[in-house]
Amino acid sequence: MALSKTASQTDVSIHSTFASRYVRTSLPRFRMPEESIPKEAAYQIINDELMLDGNPRLNLASFVTTWMEPECDKLIMAAANKNYVDMDEYPVTTELQNRCVNMIAHLFNAPLGESEAAVGVGTVGSSEAIMLAGLAFKRKWQNKRKAEGKPFDKPNIVTGANVQVCWEKFARYFEVELKEVKLRDGYYVMDPEKAVELVDENTICVAAILGSTLNGEFEDVKKLNELLTKKNQETGWDTPIHVDAASGGFIAPFLYPELEWDFRLPLVKSINVSGHKYGLVYAGIGWCIWRSKEDLPDELIFHINYLGADQPTFTLNFSKGSSQVIAQYYQLIRLGYEGYKNIMENCRENATVLKQGLERTGRFDIVSKDDGVPLVAFSLKDRSRHDEFEVSDFLRRFGWIVPAYTMPPDAQHITVLRVVIREDFSRTLAERLVYDIEKVLHELDALPPKQLLQNGGATTTAAAAMLAAKKPSAEDLQRSVTEHWRKFVLAKKTNGVC
Amino acid sequence: MVLTQVQQLDEGSSYTSSVFASRYVQDPVPRYELGTSSISKEAAYQLIHDELLLDGSPRLNLASFVTTWMEPECDRLMTETANKNYVDMDEYPVTTELQNRCVNIIARLFNVPLNVKEAAVGVGTVGSSEAIMLAGLAFKRRWQNRRRAEGKPYDKPNIVTGANVQVCCEKFARYFEVELKEVKLREGFYVMDPEKAVEMVDENTICVAAILGSTLTGEFEDVKLLNNLLTQKNKRTGWDTPIHVDAASGGFIAPFLYPELEWDFRLPLVKSINVSGHKYGLVYAGVGWVIWRSKEDLPDELIFHINYLGADQPTFTLNFSKGSSQIIAQYYQFLRLGFEGYRNVMNNCMESAKILREGLDATGRFDIISKEQGVPLVAFSFKERDKTLAFKFSNLLRRFGWIVPAYTLPPDLENTTVLRVVIREDFGRTLAEKFLSHVKMALKELDSMIRAPVPTIRYTIEFGPGENAGDEPMVKVVKQEVGGIQKSVPLLSGKTKGVC
Repeated sequence: MALSKTASQTDVSIHSTFASRYVRTSLPRFRMPEESIPKEAAYQIINDELMLDGNPRLNLASFVTTWMEPECDKLIMAAANKNYVDMDEYPVTTELQNRCVNMIAHLFNAPLGESEAAVGVGTVGSSEAIMLAGLAFKRKWQNKRKAEGKPFDKPNIVTGANVQVCWEKFARYFEVELKEVKLRDGYYVMDPEKAVELVDENTICVAAILGSTLNGEFEDVKKLNELLTKKNQETGWDTPIHVDAASGGFIAPFLYPELEWDFRLPLVKSINVSGHKYGLVYAGIGWCIWRSKEDLPDELIFHINYLGADQPTFTLNFSKGSSQVIAQYYQLIRLGYEGYKNIMENCRENATVLKQGLERTGRFDIVSKDDGVPLVAFSLKDRSRHDEFEVSDFLRRFGWIVPAYTMPPDAQHITVLRVVIREDFSRTLAERLVYDIEKVLHELDALPPKQLLQNGGATTTAAAAMLAAKKPSAEDLQRSVTEHWRKFVLAKKTNGVC
Repeated sequence: MVLTQVQQLDEGSSYTSSVFASRYVQDPVPRYELGTSSISKEAAYQLIHDELLLDGSPRLNLASFVTTWMEPECDRLMTETANKNYVDMDEYPVTTELQNRCVNIIARLFNVPLNVKEAAVGVGTVGSSEAIMLAGLAFKRRWQNRRRAEGKPYDKPNIVTGANVQVCCEKFARYFEVELKEVKLREGFYVMDPEKAVEMVDENTICVAAILGSTLTGEFEDVKLLNNLLTQKNKRTGWDTPIHVDAASGGFIAPFLYPELEWDFRLPLVKSINVSGHKYGLVYAGVGWVIWRSKEDLPDELIFHINYLGADQPTFTLNFSKGSSQIIAQYYQFLRLGFEGYRNVMNNCMESAKILREGLDATGRFDIISKEQGVPLVAFSFKERDKTLAFKFSNLLRRFGWIVPAYTLPPDLENTTVLRVVIREDFGRTLAEKFLSHVKMALKELDSMIRAPVPTIRYTIEFGPGENAGDEPMVKVVKQEVGGIQKSVPLLSGKTKGVC
C-alpha cells in the first residue's frame, strides 16, 4: 500500500504572503531577528503597518511637497543609488547641482557678472542651509573682531519670535545668543524698528523671514535694510542681513516680482530657500546662496581635490542621495518661470476660495494676510465653549490633518489653526475642507463646553465653589492630567510648526 | 475661393511628437537662468536622463562604501514613502516608530547596557557626518558643563583622534570650534596608536575618537586597548575622558563577523557610537545612526522637545525636514535579513575580498596594505616606489569602467600612494574575477607607457658667421640632450577626498 505523504513542509516560496507563517510572528521591535524572511513578506508587513500613517496629501500642516510627476519619480528612483558627494564619479550630477545654484541665485537677483558662477550650495533642507549661513556670519564677525582686537566670545543674532525652530537649534548648537523681537497682538512678524534697536556690536546678523511659518506673512525686508543701513552708518558695525526665505523664496519671484527682498537690497548677504517647499520637490533639499565670495570665509570651505579638479564644498552632511537635487533640476527646467508662476497663482486662488469659505461660516477670524505664502491661518471668534485644538482633533476624524498652535510670546493667548495650500491642493479639496469644517462646528456645538480647568487656574469664586462641590470623575481626572502635561510640554519652546 | 488655413503646430499640444522629434532636444537646456517657458514632462525627463548617462556607473564605483543596490521590493517601499516628511512625527506615527525600532535594534546590536524593554537613546541622521557632529556636540557640552562646575576655563576644547580620520571629524572640529589633535601614522601602522593617543589626552580633551573600519585600509582600531589605557590615565588624572567609536563602516560588520571582538558598549568608557546605515547597513545613501550609552551621556539642554497634541517627542538632529524613505528601508533590511542574513552578506563580501586580494598578490606587483580582519576592502600599493604609478593606473582602470581611487596616505606617510577597492554587497565573484582580468590588462598598458615613452632629443644650437664673408650663417650644435616624458600628475595632498 502506498502511503501518500502529506505535504507538511511545503516549499515556503509558494505560499502567498498572507498564507505564510510570517504574518503570525510579532515584529522585531528591540532586537534584530535571528532569521531572514522572504522579501515579499518583508515588503508586505512594512507596507501594511505604514497604512496607519497619516495620508501625506491630506497633511495640511506641512509646506513640504507631497506630489511629483511620474517622470520625476522615475528619475528619483534611478538616482537613489548615487551618492551625491562622490563628485568625481558623478560629475553630471554635480553639475546639475551647480546649475540649480546658479538658477536660484539669478532668481534672487544676485549681483553676478555675465559668466560669473554663483556662490551657493545644495543642502538637506533649510535647517542645514541656515546653519551654514549662520556659521559664515559668525566666522566673518569673529575675524573682524579679532582684527579689531575686541572680544569675540559673545556673538548674538537678532530675529523675530516667530522664527522657526531651526534658528534656535543653530543658536544652541553653535553657541550664539538668540535675541528675539517679541510679537504683539495683531502683529505676528518681526518689527524692523524693534529689531534694529536690539542690534549691538556683538550681533553677527539680523535674520528676516520671508514667509513666516505661523501666518505666511512676508516681513518687510526693505524697511529693515533701510533702518539697518542708517544704524550701520552711525555705529560703523556693518551688521548684515540674512533672509530666511524657506517658504517665500519660490513664491515672491513669481507672484510679487516687484517686491524688493533679495540681493537687490545691499545688506542682504545670504538667502536660504527650501527646495522641498515651494521648490516643489520631495523632502530633503534646500539651498543656501551667498551674495559673493567675500561673504563666505574661505577657512570654512573644504577643498576636495579629485585628480586635479578642485571642488570646494561647504556642507554639514557628507554622503546623501542625489535624487532630490536631480528632481529640483527637473522642476526648474520642466516648469520654467511660467510653470512656477501658474502653480503659485493656482495656490493663491485656492487659498482665497478657502478663506472665503471660512469667512462665510461666520465663526472664524482670518489671521493670515492675503499677500504672502498661500496659507490660511484662522482662529475661532468665540473660544468660550470650544477651542481650536478641539476643532483640529475633530477634523482628524475626516482624515484632514490641520494643526492648531499658540503664537509665541507676547501673543500666547492667540491660538490658530493653519492650512497650507500646496501645489496638489485643488479647489475641490478646498471646498470639501470647508464643508467638513462646518460639520465639525455642528458637532462641537452639540457637545458641552470644555472644563473650566482650561483657563490656567484662573477661576472665579463661583466656579471654584462649583469645582469644590463636584467630585472629579475619572474622565475629569484624565483630562486634567492631559492638560497639565500639554501645558508642561508647550512651555518648552517647541513645535515643529514648520 | 475657399482658402484653406494651414494648421499651426501648437507647441503646447505636442502630445503626438516623440521627444526626439520635438524641438526640445535642439533648444539649449537652461543652465544658469530659469527658462521662461515650461517644457513637456517627457522632454524634461529625457533631457536629464540623457545627461546623466555620462555619470559613472554607481555599481562599478569601487571607491565608495555606500550601498548601490537594493531589492526591488525595497525600491517600491522607498518610492511609496518618498513624499513623507520624516520630521512630521505626529502625522506619520508609524514611520517615527520604525525609526525608534531601528535605534533600539542597533543599540542592542552594540550591547548597550539596557533592560529588555528599556528604550535606547539614539537618533537617525542623514549620515555619519551628522551623527558624529551630534555626538561631538554632546561631548563638548558635557565637558563644558563639568568645567564650569569646577570653575575652570572651558574655551579650548580638543578632540584626540588618528590622522586617518575621515573628513567629517575635521568638519566638526572646524565648525564647532574644537581643536583636532591627530596621532600621526607610521610605516606599517596605518591607524591610531592607542598609546600615543592616550599620551595626547589633556584636561581639555572632550573625548578620544577611535575608528572601527578606517577609511584608508579598512582596519579596526584596538578600542579595547584604548579603553584600558585611558581607564588607567583617568584614574591618575581624574579627568574622566570618554571614548567615541566612529563605527561608520565597521558597525555593521563586527557584530556579524567578529562577535567576540570587544569594541562597543561592552567597554565602559565608550559613551557613544555612530554607524552609517548607508554603508554596510545596506541602505541607499542618506541614513546614519548615533547611539548613546544612556540618558546621562546626552545633555538635556541639547534636546528639543517637540510637542504634538500632548505627545512629547524629543529630537536632537541638525536636519529638520527630510525624506522617510531611507529609515523605512533600513527597517526593511533588519526585518528582511535578520541576523543570519547580514552575516551571510558580510561573509560573501569577505570571500570576494579574499579572491581579490589573492589575485592582486599573484600579479607580484603589489603590496597589500589592508589587513584580513576588518572592513571587506583591499588597499594595495605598487611595489615600485614611483608615486605617480597609482594615479596612472587608476586612470587606466577608468577606461574599463571601474572607478578605483588612488590617494596618498596622511602624515607622516605622505610618500605612500594607495589604491583601494571596496567590496560591497553587490560585488560578487564574477565581478571580482572580471576586475582582476582588467587589472592584468591595465598593468600591461602601464608597463608599455613607462618603458617606451615618446623619445625626445633636445638640441641647443648656435648661429655663427660663415667661414667666408658672403656665406650662409653656420649652425653649430652646442648641446644635445635625450629626455623622457616629464608628465606631471597632480598628487593629492592634505586632507582630501571623500575617501569615504
